[in-house]
Amino acid sequence: MLKGHQSWLFENKPFIRSTATVVGPFEGRGPLAKDFDIVHGESMMGQKSWEKAEKVLIEEAAKLAIENAGLTKEQVQFYIGGDLMNQIISSSFAARTLSIPYLGVFGACSTSMESLALAANLVNSGSAKFVLAGTCSHDSSAEKQFRYPTEYGSQKPPTAQYTVTGAGAAIISMEGDGPVVTSATIGRVIDMGIKDPFNMGAAMAPAAVDTIEAHVRDLGIEPGYYDLIVTGDLAKVGYEIACKLFKKHNFPIEQTEYSDCGMMIYDYETQMVQAGASGCGCSAVVTYGHLLNRMRRGELKRILVVATGALLSPISFQQGESIPCIAHAVSIEAGREIL
Amino acid sequence: MIFLWAFLVGGAICVFGQFCFDVLKLTPAHTMTLLVVLGAIVDGIGWYDPLIEFAGAGASVPITSFGNALVHGALQELKSNGWIGIITGIFEVTSAGISAAIIFSFLAALFVKPKG
Repeated sequence: MLKGHQSWLFENKPFIRSTATVVGPFEGRGPLAKDFDIVHGESMMGQKSWEKAEKVLIEEAAKLAIENAGLTKEQVQFYIGGDLMNQIISSSFAARTLSIPYLGVFGACSTSMESLALAANLVNSGSAKFVLAGTCSHDSSAEKQFRYPTEYGSQKPPTAQYTVTGAGAAIISMEGDGPVVTSATIGRVIDMGIKDPFNMGAAMAPAAVDTIEAHVRDLGIEPGYYDLIVTGDLAKVGYEIACKLFKKHNFPIEQTEYSDCGMMIYDYETQMVQAGASGCGCSAVVTYGHLLNRMRRGELKRILVVATGALLSPISFQQGESIPCIAHAVSIEAGREIL
Repeated sequence: MIFLWAFLVGGAICVFGQFCFDVLKLTPAHTMTLLVVLGAIVDGIGWYDPLIEFAGAGASVPITSFGNALVHGALQELKSNGWIGIITGIFEVTSAGISAAIIFSFLAALFVKPKG
């Protein structure tokens, strides 16, 4: 049901019936390691290319999510997915293996919540019984496509972010139990004129702020409604900019705890990640792994996940275009088993 | 004293490269090309040899020295063989470096694969 200007309220309360997270070795050395279902020992995943390795991540996450939901893939009506690769090959190639009717979406790193919002909407409206939403990213394939191949050994400035090697997937359904997807806010594209692909956090922060403010306005709630509001992958630089923007707009973010998935997954002391983490996989594995685990343990009752995406292409930034950004917010609340 | 000058001059060239990366936002390829071209121009007006005399490896090790070597060879051959020397002389001084790069990278490619 449309609520306000750009939000959906899911009055039938679709559940996140199951989740699965698969990550690479670097994420396995981070502070959230125990929240992930599969941690790979090497970042090639036994494949011949980084792109093939990335596809393996989402295939494994999708299969595990279906298994965890106690389903077979034939019972899942739709798979909504996307990733960072040109023509979203990781998701489309995984859909070829899964052979589930497929909707490919591109929202860069906001894909995690874009796919979850669409999946929840399909289930809420009765268009599907079980929908799989998932996304993935790989550090080496993203560096190769958007910056320089990692084999080249190029320098990174301190504003740069480390793309998460990982995939997260979830099954959304009206049947069963689990955390409830209660509402979603679809973001506008915001472009503040930043052109540096090594400074994505700064480019995306205004989009995140815009979506969070729109969400609160549309639903007629206060930020304090949530125990936790997390942005997807702004990392240190973008997080600070977002905090300043909230202050400038007199937005009472201090009512709640505000954090960023890009600052949670790695250890700044021991892992060389510059400003923090990024990538489709970042908000996906932190949300589906760490945050939902905390919710299942009863530590969190209501969270708002605001996945942020930089909608640039390798061609557009080489031609000097600025980076348009987007953010999608999904509200997740503890299900019956908690409340 | 030569060590101090080598450090200062070599370091200054590297600082200029870092400036190109961080402030001018040039790509690594653009930065490298710019430094090679600058080295070539400086030698063209006859200042690179005095710089090497003054700062030693501080001037001969950075990539600017490659531009210097290209022009140096061409000018040498121009003097001894006339105009055709500009074409035949470009790799006169640098051939050892270029051949070594080709041979060693070939050998490296035979035995190991790059890792990301």
